[in-house]
Amino acid sequence: MRISEYFSLPKVSSKSYKVWQRNKDVFMKDIKLNFLPPFLEPLLYLSALGFGLGRFVEDIDGVPYANFIAPALIAISVMYASFFECSYSSYVRMYYQKTFDAIIATPVTIEDVIAGELLWGATRSMVNAAVMIPVIALFGLIDIRYALLIIPFAFLGGLLFAAIGMCFTAVTPNIMSINYPVLLFITPMFLFSGTFFPLSALPLPVQYFAIAFLPLTHIVNGIRLIGYGTLEPVLLFDLAWIIVVCAVLLLVSINMMKKRLIV
Amino acid sequence: MFGFLGPNGAGKTTTMRMIQCVSPLTSGNLEIFGLDAMSRPREIKSHIGVVPQENNLDMDFTVYENLLVFSRYFDIPRDEAERRANELLEFVHLEDKKDTMTESLSGGMKRRLILARALINRPKMLILDEPTVGLDPQARHMIWDKLRSLKKQGVTIVLTSHYLDEIEKLCDRLVVMDYGKILVEGSPAQVIEKYVGSGIVEAEHNPELIDCLEKKEANYEVIGDLVHIYTDNPKQIAEYLTMECSLSKLSARPATLEDVFLKLTGRRLRE
Repeated sequence: MRISEYFSLPKVSSKSYKVWQRNKDVFMKDIKLNFLPPFLEPLLYLSALGFGLGRFVEDIDGVPYANFIAPALIAISVMYASFFECSYSSYVRMYYQKTFDAIIATPVTIEDVIAGELLWGATRSMVNAAVMIPVIALFGLIDIRYALLIIPFAFLGGLLFAAIGMCFTAVTPNIMSINYPVLLFITPMFLFSGTFFPLSALPLPVQYFAIAFLPLTHIVNGIRLIGYGTLEPVLLFDLAWIIVVCAVLLLVSINMMKKRLIV
Repeated sequence: MFGFLGPNGAGKTTTMRMIQCVSPLTSGNLEIFGLDAMSRPREIKSHIGVVPQENNLDMDFTVYENLLVFSRYFDIPRDEAERRANELLEFVHLEDKKDTMTESLSGGMKRRLILARALINRPKMLILDEPTVGLDPQARHMIWDKLRSLKKQGVTIVLTSHYLDEIEKLCDRLVVMDYGKILVEGSPAQVIEKYVGSGIVEAEHNPELIDCLEKKEANYEVIGDLVHIYTDNPKQIAEYLTMECSLSKLSARPATLEDVFLKLTGRRLRE
């Protein structure tokens, strides 16, 4: 496969919706269990870090610590939900459950399957955000007038991390190896993307690196701006970064998976 | 009903996957129902049912849900899908297991459910890759029975199997392939007749016997401790050997596809 083929437009049809629907149906079977983490996690983090640790922390950029981390908690959940869905979970469906093999024996193509998986990953991010917003709003930590805008933003961010997860699924030799990107990429991002302390506390080169290469930076920043109700122009930069990188990675991830699966 | 025979690695599954429009063709062209496999895979796949070698039921769903979820991939409307699912569960005798998760089905039940799933789109062609592997005789006979009744309904059935008796019983035509090439084509009876004759006499290997056979210019093969004599008249040969060569330990039997298979593809073990 030549490099240019990784960027070619895959023939995705509306049948990808059927794959999305399949995953949604499985999700709905355990809906209570699936809703628990996005409900419980903000409560735990906010109590321990926001209000516990936060008592010893000065205001950051004029906001109390709990208010500072609350939007980041949503962003982190957006990242984890779709990344894990399209890495571990997709890998299990592909390799262990042979779900993809069964589906491509029908008029659904492999491109549709991967597109459906990616859309589903993004949906999980969006669902998590939608569950977390009222919980966080209950503490008065975000401006509910704008909070609904976080939901489509979470879908977009989810799509980005779904594509990233899928790229790793396409190259991982086995399920254990997915631990590498988690340890080396996802976990550092969780800590160093302006989540628990502002980016400006980092050395300047690291700040630039984070802005250029760490997707979570833009999602944290975006959700923070929307959550505070301060829709500044810099939001457009974050949005543009996410859209461009997301579009490229969506193409690449589908083509990489196609290459892995078509033999 | 059409059978593909060949040792492991002969290219049977690859051929099947190309017919299903899942594996790409590296050269040549392939038409299914008069449609080009490379350019119109969706249309072709909508008229095909597949029973794969490996069980790939959706283990996140129950038996009934498996059929319904699968029907959506074919855009079958919900009420029609429900009707077909109930019909098919009856057809493969799984009505009682409707709400069971597929993981807790026995091997035979899983194969039957896969057969039912392959029929949800009322396919014109059914592709089966080793449909009865690992099943007990009862389950195998049941699957055969179902395949025969589908054949009567006018479904084209394409089958691979290592159980040669299965192919001999079921198939109207077959090919034996090896290393991606077709070695023989014809009906089971034709192929047996042509390559080994209708009967076989098996005897223990000893030098006297070989002398005897050489004299008679018989068509024979030494296989380890055994000698196979290929003939259209096993009784006569058996009598001749008993009389002339004073052999006692021998048996005459009709030739089978297995004899053709081993003769054509050799006895060496494959990967």
